[in-house]
Amino acid sequence: MSDSVITETAPDAEDVVDARPDEHAGDDHGHDDHGGHHSSLGLSNIKLAMWLFLGSECLLFGGLISTYMLYRNRHSANLGPDQLWDIPFTSASSFVLLTSSLTMVLAVSAANRKDIRATKIFLGVTSLLGGLFVAGQIYEFTTFYREGLGFTTSLFSSSFFTLTGFHGVHVSIGIIMLVATIGMLQKDKISGDKAEAVEMVGLYWHFVDIVWIVIFTLVYLIPA
Amino acid sequence: MAIIERPTESPATEAPAPSASTSYGYLRRPVETKGWRSWAFTVDHKKIGIMYGAVALFFFIIGGLEAGLIRLQLAGPDGTILSADKYNQMFTMHATTMVFLFVMPMAAAFANYFIPLQIGARDVAFPRLNALSLWTFVFGGIFINTSWILGGGADGGWFMYAPNSSVPFSPSNGIDFWTLGLLITGIASLVGAINLIVTVLNMRAPGMTMMKMPIFTWMGFVTQMLLLFAMPVITVALFLLMFQRSFGATFFSVEAGADPLLWQHLFWIFGHPEVYIIVLPAFGIVSEVLPVFSKKPLFGYPFVVFSGAAIGFVGFGVWAHHMFASGLGPVSVAVFSVATMAIAVPTGVKIINWTLTMWGGKLKFTTAMLFAVGLIVEFTIGGLSGVTHAIAPSDTQQTDTYYIVAHFHYVIFGGGVVGLFSGMYYWWPKIFGKMLSETLGKWNFWLMMIGMNLTFGPMHIIGLQGQPRRMYVWTEYRAGEGFFNLGFWNLVATIGTFVLAIGVFFFLINIWVTHRPGSKTPPAPADPWDARSLEWITSSPPKEYNFARTPVVSDLDEFFHRKYEDVGEGDQHEYVQHMTGEEVIQNEEDNADLNIHLPAPSYWPMVLAFSLPVLAYGVIYSTLLILAGAAIATMAMFGWALEPADAPQSDYDPTDDGGETSKELANV
Repeated sequence: MSDSVITETAPDAEDVVDARPDEHAGDDHGHDDHGGHHSSLGLSNIKLAMWLFLGSECLLFGGLISTYMLYRNRHSANLGPDQLWDIPFTSASSFVLLTSSLTMVLAVSAANRKDIRATKIFLGVTSLLGGLFVAGQIYEFTTFYREGLGFTTSLFSSSFFTLTGFHGVHVSIGIIMLVATIGMLQKDKISGDKAEAVEMVGLYWHFVDIVWIVIFTLVYLIPA
Repeated sequence: MAIIERPTESPATEAPAPSASTSYGYLRRPVETKGWRSWAFTVDHKKIGIMYGAVALFFFIIGGLEAGLIRLQLAGPDGTILSADKYNQMFTMHATTMVFLFVMPMAAAFANYFIPLQIGARDVAFPRLNALSLWTFVFGGIFINTSWILGGGADGGWFMYAPNSSVPFSPSNGIDFWTLGLLITGIASLVGAINLIVTVLNMRAPGMTMMKMPIFTWMGFVTQMLLLFAMPVITVALFLLMFQRSFGATFFSVEAGADPLLWQHLFWIFGHPEVYIIVLPAFGIVSEVLPVFSKKPLFGYPFVVFSGAAIGFVGFGVWAHHMFASGLGPVSVAVFSVATMAIAVPTGVKIINWTLTMWGGKLKFTTAMLFAVGLIVEFTIGGLSGVTHAIAPSDTQQTDTYYIVAHFHYVIFGGGVVGLFSGMYYWWPKIFGKMLSETLGKWNFWLMMIGMNLTFGPMHIIGLQGQPRRMYVWTEYRAGEGFFNLGFWNLVATIGTFVLAIGVFFFLINIWVTHRPGSKTPPAPADPWDARSLEWITSSPPKEYNFARTPVVSDLDEFFHRKYEDVGEGDQHEYVQHMTGEEVIQNEEDNADLNIHLPAPSYWPMVLAFSLPVLAYGVIYSTLLILAGAAIATMAMFGWALEPADAPQSDYDPTDDGGETSKELANV
């Protein structure tokens, strides 16, 4: 890898490309502002793709939530939601996750102002809050496990761990995306509109948060 | 590494070979334009489409062999060709192969190849994701089929009903391969769906509004929408099954209090839209072919579009008609029964539109046209028997009999596969620049038609007589007498299968005769069928960049309107040809765009796709492999992300004209 060379030439190359009368047959990165100008919908390719992906994800979580709702009461007498849930704790971790949406918004806003330093800071805070949430989930899972609720203990436990586990994996992937974005901003490796790249991670992150609001309400708050 | 077209001397010459001037990420981008590398790492939607088609055709043959063995086993009483266990594997893998590894990817092949061409785009929205879809499908298909040599194929039926698919009832790894393999090919479908939807919505040529899109693109678009929302549901079902089989969860164990209907609901919420995922692309193809060979525009284009969209919507609301015999309760059964009858309406609208397209037309019965008419006839038969299942009391008589087998083969083979063959003959000269032999094509058509009706027609009779599906033998004792003797009709069905196989063999011969070294088949004319839509406004086969210049669209059937002039007065239209197709294409090439920037090839889609079966083998055999697969996937994703979509500045040609040739990809 000849990083140094690339780091120096990339921004210039991009400017030249912008001025060129090229036709872009398709772009994986949603790079520069061509996407917006060239698209029939006025929404860049990459943004439209992310929205479609999130639409598809709705049905993924829809299926998992339905499975949980079907099986939420199928557990032994002493290992159900009423015995296990620690609502204050989960409320706190939910609050942490929702706060991370705020910092994500601030990161996108900073990226739109081309304030790369602030973008990186807010992305960092977002990933830390996300990490805190995942840590809380690991703690919660461990506690449940100590109290006797394994993955295969009951239909309730299997569907609970599957649903929240899938969500946890989504958050973890989001954290990887946040950290990778920070790294790529640091090394100037994003070959395109940086604000849009940050916004993409943001869309995903907000989606994962919204799913958690649904899960928290349906799984934790509604009495069994 | 962008491929630059510079048609200053003669327009639309071959693109100069790209050069590997810079390395990025971990690896240089592959730049070969010849040899296997130019295919393996390509991101060109046309090459990807061809590879999709070739692999799908291979799996069609595999699935056909499985069907042949099933029919041989059932040809006479007390068949001994297959054991009960092997028979279970055979029908499961036959259906899985045909649905997931043949019809869906073959439709994806056409969609990949023709949607960008029909909307005047130079490629799909995400070329590398397109390559990822292809290789994910290929590796997933191979992965599922390796189960044959690793302890036997899946044996639970393609719907894999729980709890029958649990370990105690199916201890081999077959179902694990099936589950993980379908998760992998599901990724291919989902990624492909997102890619093609963005392409259709965002990359249409200037002037092409949604209601000026060619009908195949419309049906492809609806299909991708169905995939987008159906795949995640089966993904959930497959994950639950994987947790059940590999990690001891009890989602489907009735003794643990589970609800066995959970699997059925999840499966059919995917499974019914899947039916339309299979037939809608074929409907789109036929809607292209019929107008061309009737010399008339498609009758009621908006009706065909909106009935397709209606099928897409209602298709999500009829899944429980697959479960009438499961004890859903009278209200559910009534609701789904009515919804199912309702979905026959938009389908019937299409049949009427096709018929009226042909009405009064100057019909020309080429092989493509014959297949299209074949679809109308055979699909109508399948549709009519479908209405008999919509009526729940009648359905409970038919459930799990060969009558159902007859129905869905008329719909899926008579609808889906016949339509795809129509597309083969119609678009072959476009894709390969050579016409398939019409003589061999007619042999192919008639043998397939006779074969399919001999195979699936008698199944109506043996089904209503009560022969159950999925039974590996039938006995003379219960075969019945006279016209309804099961033995006779089973033998007819088996003979029909071999007629059908010979028909398909003629297709392979046709390809060989057309393309063998030293073949005398001349290059196809640019516009062999007097076609109507945008994909024909370029050379055959199309250049890498598709169009010499981005076409500007003013009409539905743009190519037709460029060739023919309306000399009628007022509401009377009379079209007179004032240009040949060749002249239209020449005109485009004379005004070619100067700088065309094509996406560069990449290794990463294939590497990322390769990591998935490694992960899947890991789930079955060893945690170590999971880690290896995850490592490859991570490396591939970062390699992908760090690989810039744009080639560096040095790879661009200097601008000749100060940027005057800029064209918006689409601005409607």
